Amino acid sequence: MSGDLAGAGAGLAVAGLDVDVERTPIVRAVSCAVGPGGWLALIGPNGAGKSTLLRAVAGLLPHRGTVRVDGTDVTRLRPRERARLIAYVAQAPVLPPDMTVQEYVLLGRTPHLGYLANPGRQDREAAARTIAALDLAGYAERRLAALSGGERQRVALARALAQEPRLLLLDEPTSALDLGHQQHVLDLIDELRTTRRLTVVTTLHDLTTAAQYADRLVLLDHGRVRASGAPAEVVTQEVIAGVYAARVTVTADADGRPVVTPVRATRAG
Amino acid sequence: MPGADGAPTAPGTPEVPGGPGGPGASGVPAASAASAARTRVSRPRAARVYGIAVAFLVIALLVGAMAGAADLNPLATAAALLDRLPLVHLSSGLSPLDRAVLFQIRLPRLVLGALIGGALALAGAGYQGVFRNPLVDSSLLGSSAGAGLGATIAIVDLGTSSPAAVPVAAFVGSLAGVAFAYAAGAAGGPGTATLLLAGIAVSMFLTAVQTYLLQRSSQDIQQVYSWLLGSLSGATWHQAAAVAPYLAVAGGTVLLHGRHLDVLSVGDEEARSLGLHPARIRLLVVAACSLATAAAVAVSGLIGFVGIVVPHAVRRLGGTSYRRVLPLSLLFGAGFLVLADTLARTVVAPAELPIGVVTALIGSPAFVWILRSTRAVRT
Repeated sequence: MSGDLAGAGAGLAVAGLDVDVERTPIVRAVSCAVGPGGWLALIGPNGAGKSTLLRAVAGLLPHRGTVRVDGTDVTRLRPRERARLIAYVAQAPVLPPDMTVQEYVLLGRTPHLGYLANPGRQDREAAARTIAALDLAGYAERRLAALSGGERQRVALARALAQEPRLLLLDEPTSALDLGHQQHVLDLIDELRTTRRLTVVTTLHDLTTAAQYADRLVLLDHGRVRASGAPAEVVTQEVIAGVYAARVTVTADADGRPVVTPVRATRAG
Repeated sequence: MPGADGAPTAPGTPEVPGGPGGPGASGVPAASAASAARTRVSRPRAARVYGIAVAFLVIALLVGAMAGAADLNPLATAAALLDRLPLVHLSSGLSPLDRAVLFQIRLPRLVLGALIGGALALAGAGYQGVFRNPLVDSSLLGSSAGAGLGATIAIVDLGTSSPAAVPVAAFVGSLAGVAFAYAAGAAGGPGTATLLLAGIAVSMFLTAVQTYLLQRSSQDIQQVYSWLLGSLSGATWHQAAAVAPYLAVAGGTVLLHGRHLDVLSVGDEEARSLGLHPARIRLLVVAACSLATAAAVAVSGLIGFVGIVVPHAVRRLGGTSYRRVLPLSLLFGAGFLVLADTLARTVVAPAELPIGVVTALIGSPAFVWILRSTRAVRT
């Protein structure tokens, strides 16, 4: 599976990752890679270890194995150096209700500031740029408590982008959103990774959505990689039926990307 | 509406809504010309808010200097004070006795009150930032209980023979109380809730020991009790000079961490993903806040409520960013305690009220009023 790693370590390369949480093995021997500007989606049933893997890559959980971002072994970096390469957005990020959008986005500049330094002109400009890029200019002075679900997701994304990372980790970026807002956020991520050559890793529970947006999928089951590769290679009827214990039919859309349709149980009689 | 849109930040132009008052009915400002200004991360109201804070402190100090048991002429007092400024020469007409009252009794007490009030309010705000909980102050972390036990031991065991031992014992007790709570909390795992619960447990334990000691030696109850209620009477320049270095180091450390406390408000995990060490910052800020509290209570006794009520009032005025809450708490806390102490020594003059009673009597209704007028629901 590492055959397409032509960029010699550019992008994200994870090798032999083991993560234990409270002495319980959650992720085992996971290796995966995605090139710069690529989008890797982690899929798998509940409890498969998707979020744990993502948090370990972010350096938020102790782990064994290596995580390389653009060739740099990030497990050896100090937190501040790592935060300049990797930005992470939790599934339900904490948005302090009384903070304004611009104050919150400015927090993304933290890894670029000296310990006692305050944000300077460059930082304010970087924050203003991401606020503008994410169509939040009219919201800069709004309190976070006054935002809708879609706006909250965009604000969290803006905070991560203000970090100016090389790798963006998003845990279920669309879980709280309706279909239209989901597409809006995912289109935005897709545009950002293309225009900025930003490598993106997301967990996504919706298989069809994951297959639409990601160019590589990693299917986790019980903490191990069950399948990985292009969407059409991973999302097949046999694999999904086996891992999820679900009845599905998998068809292909016009671009050849798999579409998963759940099928109800055949009625007896 | 100022139309200077392309101009850089103009402090003091209150064109941007927001702040602590909630989204308000207006929502987004109507003027579309302001949209460029809105993406700019600037704090237009900062200068005004700091101006109010400094004015409040100056007025509190002037009121404190002029009010008191000795009936000094306010104008003469002002003249005598101005005379001390470099390059100013005024004849105040105050008698030597009045000058001594002003410079050896009132002024040290004002300065000490300002130092202690600022320290207590700043430490309260710092604790609240570290624990992401607006109800925390030094009394929840073993600091007050430790100081109380230290002072009680000194009074009960050493009696009135060595009054100098009381502040030292209170200082040591306060720091030991927090260290005890911190060690107990750290043993229970990471996170703020464990630490707070450990602080409450340690406080209860220390208070129980103190109660037992007092019950055994009831002749000291009066003296311990009056210490517990706090007082600035008998303040000297020597005391002010003794606590100032501790407060400077501790206060400076807390003030430098406003930005870090803002980052901590998004939670430990995201703070770590932004490259910070939440546990390290928490330890440093708690240590600094505890040092400030210990130095303050050592000379003044336990003065409650300043650490909670002042930061809350400040948030209503200047927003919730700790980069502003901390310095504003320092300024308003200083002014608040100077005014409270002025009341304490004038209302029933020539007798004095315990200052802890005054802060609670003013602080509690003020606190309720602040809570009622806060439209935003805080979680």
